Amino acid sequence: MSTGDAVHDAPAGDSSNNDGSGRRYFLIQATSVVGAVGAVGAAWPFVSYWSPSEKAKALGAPVKIDVSKLGPGEMLSPIVAWRGKPVFVVHRDADTLASLETDTDLLADPNSEVAEQQPDFAVNSWRSQRKEYGIFLGICTHLGCSPKYLVTDNFAESGQGGFFCPCHGSKFDMAGRVVKGVPAPSNMEVPPYRFESDTVVVIG
Amino acid sequence: MSESQMDQKPVETNGIMSWIDARFPATETFEYHMSKYYAPKNVNWLYLFGWLATFVLVNQLLTGIWLTMNYIPSGDGAFASVEYIMRDVEFGWLIRYLHSTGASAFFLVIFLHMFRALAYGSYRGPRELVWLIGMAIFAVLMIEGFFGYLLPWGNMSYWGAQVIVSLVGAVPLIGPDLMEWVRGDFLMSDVALNRFFALHVVALPIVLLGLVFVHFVSLHHVGSNNPDGVEIKKNKDENGVPLDGIPFFPYIVVHDIDATVRFLFVFCLVVFFAPEMGGYFIEKPNFEVANPLKTPDHIAPVWYFTPYYAMLRAATFPLFGMDAKFWGLVTMAAAVIIPVALPWLDRSPVKSMRYKGWPSRIALGALCVSFVVLGWLGLQPATKIYTMLAQLFTLLYFAYFVLMPWYTRVEQTKPEPERVT
Repeated sequence: MSTGDAVHDAPAGDSSNNDGSGRRYFLIQATSVVGAVGAVGAAWPFVSYWSPSEKAKALGAPVKIDVSKLGPGEMLSPIVAWRGKPVFVVHRDADTLASLETDTDLLADPNSEVAEQQPDFAVNSWRSQRKEYGIFLGICTHLGCSPKYLVTDNFAESGQGGFFCPCHGSKFDMAGRVVKGVPAPSNMEVPPYRFESDTVVVIG
Repeated sequence: MSESQMDQKPVETNGIMSWIDARFPATETFEYHMSKYYAPKNVNWLYLFGWLATFVLVNQLLTGIWLTMNYIPSGDGAFASVEYIMRDVEFGWLIRYLHSTGASAFFLVIFLHMFRALAYGSYRGPRELVWLIGMAIFAVLMIEGFFGYLLPWGNMSYWGAQVIVSLVGAVPLIGPDLMEWVRGDFLMSDVALNRFFALHVVALPIVLLGLVFVHFVSLHHVGSNNPDGVEIKKNKDENGVPLDGIPFFPYIVVHDIDATVRFLFVFCLVVFFAPEMGGYFIEKPNFEVANPLKTPDHIAPVWYFTPYYAMLRAATFPLFGMDAKFWGLVTMAAAVIIPVALPWLDRSPVKSMRYKGWPSRIALGALCVSFVVLGWLGLQPATKIYTMLAQLFTLLYFAYFVLMPWYTRVEQTKPEPERVT
């Protein structure tokens, strides 16, 4: 092996100087770049390994919910999970729906202006596709607790029901809209869903 | 520090490096182990396998850690969790095949690394400790490989472990109790699986890393051997630099990078196109879950254990009042341990095979042939003729070691040159 001699060998016709340092600089740079590309390529599978597996994705598949037995004022029980999160399905009566349109003074975002919190079809006063059925992810937007459903008296003035988070006292109305002056920053999330028939809704 | 480094002052650093150097021997350590560690200029391709073994070790550690993130060490969960990793986890198949192929690659490069030591007398003084530590690494590696093979909880995992753990039962007097203690149960169950898992992923890797570290430290203290077996430290210039040495960094490092790329070409070909290697790297019965009621029709260990397995089976007759099973255990253990004695068995005035005589060369050739043949025999069913062959080659294997004091003393050697060639 005569590698040691390479130090003294000046390749002929080097453009920058005579000692070969320009050529060596180029070779080191080129090798480093190729090496870095290789390192990123090698790291790729290790990083991907941490993303949700096919099993986790399968658990995130759409779920079907039958709402035929859900009477006015009731919330579906037992609570169904979609991607491991509780889905609240409430049947709102005409009274409640009327109040959703008028009682907006206390709300932080009555017109659902934060786009990530609902699909486009739910940007309305009742935040749902079909007026009577409110469908929300039952997760408080503050720190992830699951709020309680209060049929009435979530709001002292109107006596209307809604959702109350026992962890830090955040309040939401019957459309999952957050009240001003509570820790939760935004309305409850509405998952993507569609009605397969009048009584069966597919979440996801 | 060895004398050659003591003669030289470390390079003066400035800026942030001098701040660090005042508090931590960064530059000093780099110089001692890299830029002022002088490797013989005549080292050849056989000297690449030490680095490649380190590289594979890193691969095993990384992929192993990643596998534990999804592996479940239980009788009910182990097999299913491996299938889960193979099918459902992103790139899980790749990480697992990197690990399983890495195990085979590890033994391959270690065998070549050891062959290099035998050929050029790297085990001779002053490198006896480098050799002994290396042998300890090899022993730990075999145990690590054995434990790891149980973890997928396939049927071959199960029965392979059953056979090897039963070997412990051949120890006189305490054998049966010892066997029960190792298993923690009356049969191979997930009690053994759990303790093998703990040892495989925590205990043995720590031991292995410690041993590899002292392997390096002792090597860098005495310096690398070379194909001529001539000490380069005998001839130094006025600065104490060996005349036939070149700095490890960058010259040897560049060669190691080149070797790594070539190695990865072959390694990736296996990982992507033949990870089971026709049943030699991952055996076919291991695609079935462990079944304590059904032994696979043909049971053989993975290829890197087969030479020793063949020697185990070669003991077929009782001797001195002990049964054949006991002598099988003794033979196998002796085959693994006997190279430890090499530094004291070799009485030749020269180190390298280049200057040793024909008896030494024939003996090393016979050792290699018998190791390969035994490896093949270990994969075959134990028929009468195969068993006789195994006995013959077992004798040949041991002859290399046992006869070494004799043939290295009587043979005609060539004079060693003063400098490396």
